[in-house]
Amino acid sequence: MTNLFVLQLLNGVQLGVLLFLIAAGLTLVFGIMDVVNLAHGVLYMVGAYFVATFAAWTGSFWWGLLLMLPAAVAVGLILELVVIRRLYTRSHLDQVLATFGLVMMANETVKIVWGVSPLSVPMPELLSGSVPLMGPLQYPVYRIAIIVAGLGVAAGLFLMVNYTRIGMLLRAGATNRAMVSALGIDIGKLFAVVFTLGAVLACLAGALIAPILSVDTGMGESVLILTFVVVVIGGIGSIKGAFLGAILVAVVDTLGGVFGPILLREVLDPAAAGQAGRMLAPMLVYILMAVILFAKPAGLFGGRA
Amino acid sequence: MAETTVSAAPRRAPAIAPRVKAAAVLFVLFALVPPVVTALGDPFLVLVATRILAYAIAALALDLILGYGAMVSFGHAAYLGFGTYAVAILSSYGVNDLFLQMLGAILVSAVFAFVTGAISLRTRGVYFIMITLAFGQMAFFFFISLSAYGGDDGYGLSNRSTIFGSDMLENDVTLFYVTLALLIALFALCHRIVSSRFGRVLTGIRENATRMEAIGYAPFRYQLTAFVISGCMTSVAGVLLANQAEFVSPAFMSWHRSGELIVMVVLGGIGTLTGAIGGAVAALLLEEFLGMVTDHWQLWFGLFLVLMVLFSPRGITGLVEQIGRRKR
Repeated sequence: MTNLFVLQLLNGVQLGVLLFLIAAGLTLVFGIMDVVNLAHGVLYMVGAYFVATFAAWTGSFWWGLLLMLPAAVAVGLILELVVIRRLYTRSHLDQVLATFGLVMMANETVKIVWGVSPLSVPMPELLSGSVPLMGPLQYPVYRIAIIVAGLGVAAGLFLMVNYTRIGMLLRAGATNRAMVSALGIDIGKLFAVVFTLGAVLACLAGALIAPILSVDTGMGESVLILTFVVVVIGGIGSIKGAFLGAILVAVVDTLGGVFGPILLREVLDPAAAGQAGRMLAPMLVYILMAVILFAKPAGLFGGRA
Repeated sequence: MAETTVSAAPRRAPAIAPRVKAAAVLFVLFALVPPVVTALGDPFLVLVATRILAYAIAALALDLILGYGAMVSFGHAAYLGFGTYAVAILSSYGVNDLFLQMLGAILVSAVFAFVTGAISLRTRGVYFIMITLAFGQMAFFFFISLSAYGGDDGYGLSNRSTIFGSDMLENDVTLFYVTLALLIALFALCHRIVSSRFGRVLTGIRENATRMEAIGYAPFRYQLTAFVISGCMTSVAGVLLANQAEFVSPAFMSWHRSGELIVMVVLGGIGTLTGAIGGAVAALLLEEFLGMVTDHWQLWFGLFLVLMVLFSPRGITGLVEQIGRRKR
């Protein structure tokens, strides 16, 4: 039981770290530019496809990962320049529609370019296999690597946001956009940087998960909604909130799926518990969101609702 | 309060009348669809038209809160789902009557809309959009794990709903006219709602919630009531869709469907009611047309959406009005 718990907890943290990479960009784009970007999940998907393609070309996951980065920057910049930039002054409804259109375009384009059958990315040799954790418990090295890489990026982001000039501008922009602009900061350039940074992080998340997931066109969507929940729980514009929200959502989701039915078995008969558990588990994170919002409408670390 | 409403009504009337006339023209055109397509030898199109009418009801319901209340609900497909599953679940228990099924769908939707609406309406703007989306997904996942009714794969219906024991809906043309009659009735209802005192308050809150609060209206109550009404109306569309497709599945409630409903409302111009109906027709016909000429209709539909937002922010109504103004 303890072993299962530790294992699932690690899986939860691994998912949480991944969600954080996606949510960090999303929360900045929401918080600073006040733009609803439904196409953020697309970037996660595109990152996975990029690494699949580049890894196939070069025969190495590491080269794939390296080549993915400039491609992600390019995608982010183009998207910002062509569409997102024109949406800053528009209503949320317009932003929803335009980015919804982008989602449809991107999903279809991916199908045209890469086909409908899922791709797989080979696990890098260095990180394959498992390590003993405690007692008989083994855990895949690659998942540990994802956790470490994600925490590393989170730490880097934390340092950047709190101790650099661009980070200062980010925080200022999230608090009061108009004031930052009035103080002579080129807000257009700042927005482009923020959006591209978010795009790269989302692509990175997709690239990191690619070796342990099949890469297909639906992958962005399931994650997008979870990321929304993370951002809403954490509070829009807050990196700290995104981090805690991501870990919370992922752990609740992972543990709930496994232990929900087990706990229900204490009060219900096994068949009913299994059925109820299967139905309740996917709803848990949304119930969590509802409870948190009921207490704090602006999320855990949100300034404004 | 009563005096101001009465004195305001005649001033507003000319602005509304042409739209009602346009809707009446649309309804007459709809009524001609079955004889025309049967004469053309393509009776299958009656089913396609029924689907369009059912979505028009959903778009109408969404316009009530989106257009008149500025509530961008991105989870409205959930109510379509409640409607479709009300048909499937009730009929498996032997309750086949259309109106009882609608009642069931409306009750479930009212409870869901009341609870999720009460939570979502504590927030504004981006939050509201994302929260309604999340609640929509919650309902979606619930039905995906409902293995007794096929889960992800969906559930085929053995027969359509009955009306007072008669199986007349098995006839596609009858189903079409019943759907049309419901669309007209709900349009009239929506029209009454938006021109009532309640509707005026709702519009007032859309324009300036603080000011409305200052003159003694609690925005939350009005918004929540509108949200619940809209959810219930959307579930009626779901009941009709289940009958049209004779199949229910969680696909009716995916977030793409919620997005498409918003597209329909915006395409026709928000806050016009008639526009929502026109938008549903335009969006679904465009989908059908693109589906015929290309395998990748989503690509072009998406491109169309992006271009529409960038170049015509007020939808088809905006375009029509722009052209009209230029002519004058």
